[in-house]
Amino acid sequence: MSADTQDTFAFSAENLQQAKAILAKYPSDRAASATMPLLTLAQRQNDNWLPRAAMDVVAEMVGLPPMRVYEVATFYTMYNLKPVGKNFVQVCTNISCLIKGSDDVFKVCKKKLGIGSGETTLDGKFTLLEVECLGACVNAPMIQVNDDFYEDLSAETTEKVLDALARGETPQPGSQAGKRVGCQPAGGLTTLMGGK
Amino acid sequence: MLHDKDRIFTNIYGIHDLSLKGAQSRGDWDKTKDIIAKGRDWIVDEVKASGLRGRGGAGFGTGMKWSFMPKEDKRPSYLVINADEGEPGTCKDREILRSEPHKLVEGALLASVGIGAHVCYVYVRGEFYREAQALQRAIDEAYEAGFIGKDACKSGYAFDMYVHLGAGAYICGEESALIESLEGKKGQPRLKPPFPANCGLYGCPTTVNNVESIAVVPEILRRGGAWFAGLGREKNTGVKLFCISGHVEHPCTVEEEMGIPMKDLLEKHCGGVRGGWNNLKAVIPGGSSVPMMTKAQCDVALMDYDGLREHGSGLGTAAVIVMDKSTDLVRAITRLSAFYKHESCGQCTPCREGTGWMWRIMERINAGEAHVSEIDMLENVSRRIEGHTICALGDAAAWPIQGLIRHFRDEMEAKILAKAGTHADAAE
Repeated sequence: MSADTQDTFAFSAENLQQAKAILAKYPSDRAASATMPLLTLAQRQNDNWLPRAAMDVVAEMVGLPPMRVYEVATFYTMYNLKPVGKNFVQVCTNISCLIKGSDDVFKVCKKKLGIGSGETTLDGKFTLLEVECLGACVNAPMIQVNDDFYEDLSAETTEKVLDALARGETPQPGSQAGKRVGCQPAGGLTTLMGGK
Repeated sequence: MLHDKDRIFTNIYGIHDLSLKGAQSRGDWDKTKDIIAKGRDWIVDEVKASGLRGRGGAGFGTGMKWSFMPKEDKRPSYLVINADEGEPGTCKDREILRSEPHKLVEGALLASVGIGAHVCYVYVRGEFYREAQALQRAIDEAYEAGFIGKDACKSGYAFDMYVHLGAGAYICGEESALIESLEGKKGQPRLKPPFPANCGLYGCPTTVNNVESIAVVPEILRRGGAWFAGLGREKNTGVKLFCISGHVEHPCTVEEEMGIPMKDLLEKHCGGVRGGWNNLKAVIPGGSSVPMMTKAQCDVALMDYDGLREHGSGLGTAAVIVMDKSTDLVRAITRLSAFYKHESCGQCTPCREGTGWMWRIMERINAGEAHVSEIDMLENVSRRIEGHTICALGDAAAWPIQGLIRHFRDEMEAKILAKAGTHADAAE
């Protein structure tokens, strides 16, 4: 963890309350179950990355040896073990996205941001990462930026989304093709046309 | 074609009111108390009678699975719902979580009565943060309305439901890895037996069910198992969410009757294959872990467990990945090999090492740098992984490659020969 530059971590007062609520979900002698949710909470408080100091705080809270928590933090891919950009851009290149043009989407991201997968822009605004299937396959190709999915992308709309993010805006998530909102057929409904 | 009156997910596109009130107007939470009053055995028997089989991929009888839960046991029982949807091509549970969450909450309550559980955890993949929020909103609404909690629906049954977020590991979709993860550990599958019904979460009796399996339960119990069993075919009953991605005019998720011909599914709901049916090259009919099918097979295949097994493939998660003639199948399967290598948990040697071997050989073939004989070697390697690991990830990594070799060996050879030809030219 050579890039780990942060020596201390403490949950905010608000997140301490949140942490208590998380611990209460599990039997009192099973606090270890809260490990992952607490790591997630810590990461979200800490600009979307997880310093070892935060793992130590979580280990203390759930009563595990720190090593057990490091094991978890390094096993799951969503824990970022070094600082990431403000916009964490994850590009799905798995099969459904691949055959619908994720090459173009990924190429635009790399070119526009000037970085490769796993890298962060010098201004700290963007981190780019090629990832596995994100589960929006009928809306392929797609990317995830922080918590939001941007779907039905083309090279042009990918560029638009990145431009908006660079300006500090949050573009409307979901389909970017302008033909549908969710996972319905873009050519018009074939079922459930009665409404309710 | 299935009539709308027989569709369960009437708001799957999220077009209508998502709140509890909206859900109730579509029939959710109707007479739930009466169903609870019919008791545990009635619920399990009715689900058995419906013929419902698990919607997460394995297709095991849901009612049967529930009946394995012990009735007299000092330990608490748990229901765990698998919302770790990550099988490439699959995106149906996401739609339930964000558009039909009340069906899941009500289903969780009724299933819990059926197995004698008072606590349910929903394990949602970490990337589905918005979807987890939508589910949490529905849970909060249900608590507030008294539908779940200490006295669920005023039935006297105590029921608590919690969302647990994963953090990016495909393997946690395997039920025992999911349990490990829920206990706060690395997601590495357990040896079975013991099965979760005897020794699952915290060493207690546990049933792990897919989101869709649970979300259809309230409607089955309200309309009766016979209604569900009357749809589809014998042993392949009911309705199912299909998510069709890839080279169709209009990729979409749609609820259809089990056993619908694949061609009908693609033509009625997806505007057909891009460039027409004859432009079809291959289909992966059930998520990345099932073998691909040729056009000739797709011409006649019926979309259910047995219908697809007849063609050497499977229904899996009913994620239909359609590939037209422009598709580089060798590259597509190479990408899947990279996926399985990435997602292997590293516990069993054949999978940990073998997925890497297969991926590297696939990369060489895709680049045309392999020898033709390596195709047989690849097949051989895949057979040494398949069936030799604790969980099915090893099989899942092997099958797409075996399917490629079985049906499209010529495309693999063509890549190699084309490159060899270039070498020969260069040498001259």
